Amino acid sequence: MPLHTDRGYESQLGQLRAHLLEMGGLVEDQIAQAIRCLTERDRALAGVTIERDHTVNRLDVEIDDLSLKLLALHQPAARDLRLITTALKITTDLERIGDLATHIAERAVELASEPPFTPCVDIPAMASLASSMVHRSLDAFVREDVELALGVCSSDDEIDKLHAELFRNLLTIMGKDPRSISSTMRQLFISKYLERIGDHATNIAEMVIFMVKGRSIRHLDTVPREL
Amino acid sequence: MEVSPSTTPAFDARVKIAVRGLNVHYGDNHALTDVSLDIPECRVTALIGPSGCGKSTFLRCLNRMNDHIRGVRIEGSITIDGEDCYGADVGPVVLRRRVGMVFQKSNPFPKSIFENVAFGPRIHGVRDTVALREVVERSLRQSALWEEVEDRLGSSALDLSGGQQQRLCIARALAVEPEVLLMDEPASALDPIATAKIEELIQELKRDYTIVIVTHNMQQAARVSDYTAYFYLGQLIEFGSTDLLFTNPSRRETEDYITGRFG
Repeated sequence: MPLHTDRGYESQLGQLRAHLLEMGGLVEDQIAQAIRCLTERDRALAGVTIERDHTVNRLDVEIDDLSLKLLALHQPAARDLRLITTALKITTDLERIGDLATHIAERAVELASEPPFTPCVDIPAMASLASSMVHRSLDAFVREDVELALGVCSSDDEIDKLHAELFRNLLTIMGKDPRSISSTMRQLFISKYLERIGDHATNIAEMVIFMVKGRSIRHLDTVPREL
Repeated sequence: MEVSPSTTPAFDARVKIAVRGLNVHYGDNHALTDVSLDIPECRVTALIGPSGCGKSTFLRCLNRMNDHIRGVRIEGSITIDGEDCYGADVGPVVLRRRVGMVFQKSNPFPKSIFENVAFGPRIHGVRDTVALREVVERSLRQSALWEEVEDRLGSSALDLSGGQQQRLCIARALAVEPEVLLMDEPASALDPIATAKIEELIQELKRDYTIVIVTHNMQQAARVSDYTAYFYLGQLIEFGSTDLLFTNPSRRETEDYITGRFG
């Protein structure tokens, strides 16, 4: 695509993209760290993860500010307008993902003071799926790749299924051994957080499709064949 | 550059003006190439594009303002309500009664406010003073100028401010009760408040008139029009509903122009 005639505007649009990617990178790290806190029972690392959320929050505010400035000063149209409205929405999703990673770290700290548990389903596998969804949705954003974004949307079913499975297993454990409830409840929370991260990654992917195609596929039962 | 033939959007109004295969040459200069476009009734259609793209030439064809330009050749057809604008039985004078025009620079006659508005009806044979007064008041009300000038209709039009002069020119165009109003950069010489008044007026006028506006100001096109046509190098590149064209244009050339990626 040819560059914008107004170089200042062009560079601000570039800055907006860069901020979003920086924020995306941070929350991906947050998820990975939070899961390590859990598997390695590492309280110190949990502190780092929770601390990092401040940077994510700051970027959220900066992206909002920059988007508002671009809207007010440049009256963007077409592709540029869709990029900025997409930025405004996905920054909220990324910020929420950061919060959820923080919650996982908090639960990990609590679990570290309980007796070690044998995972009944693979929480790390679920986490890596959630993390990959976030990663792929941001990749789709950078490459403006609709196919990749659609792939994220279909991964959402997979993570929902994992969550449902884990829910059933934990319920069985709680029934058998009421002493495990405080631990299993926390694991259930973590599973729910990961499932929510998948939802936010799906939102991002849907916005990427809107940004590229100018058509919204949100809240549709089936994805239209012709995009 | 290949241009898709199906450039007509789905209108929510009937077609007022139908242009088919319009080609305009000024001597060796091919100013418009094969333009086909339908203009919907009682809607605002904006023509946008860089300087020299042919949008003003197109507008001027609609009331035969190009007829007397030396070396001009106009081919194709333009019909209003199915009647050929270039037909042997239609002269420019008759046509311009149906198709009024407002220009970039307000051009009131060096006469009183009243006489400016009464000029057209007089030419078309209205002599009765009461009838003329009625026409003047109605036209000035329609152009949202009446309340500012009702107590000084006899004073010179040249004493009005730029924005008032432009609204006077709109009143003058409306006085002969046209069906179509062509506007060539009607607000480009006005301050933002006067511009806002003209834009507001356009919204009022589209209830009764078919409006075609040429503007360099894309935000203005976005604000006032229902449909937008993008011209480039004498060709119609894209024609669509304004909200779609400014959020998700279907052609790359349009996208580059409206986002400012140009040249």
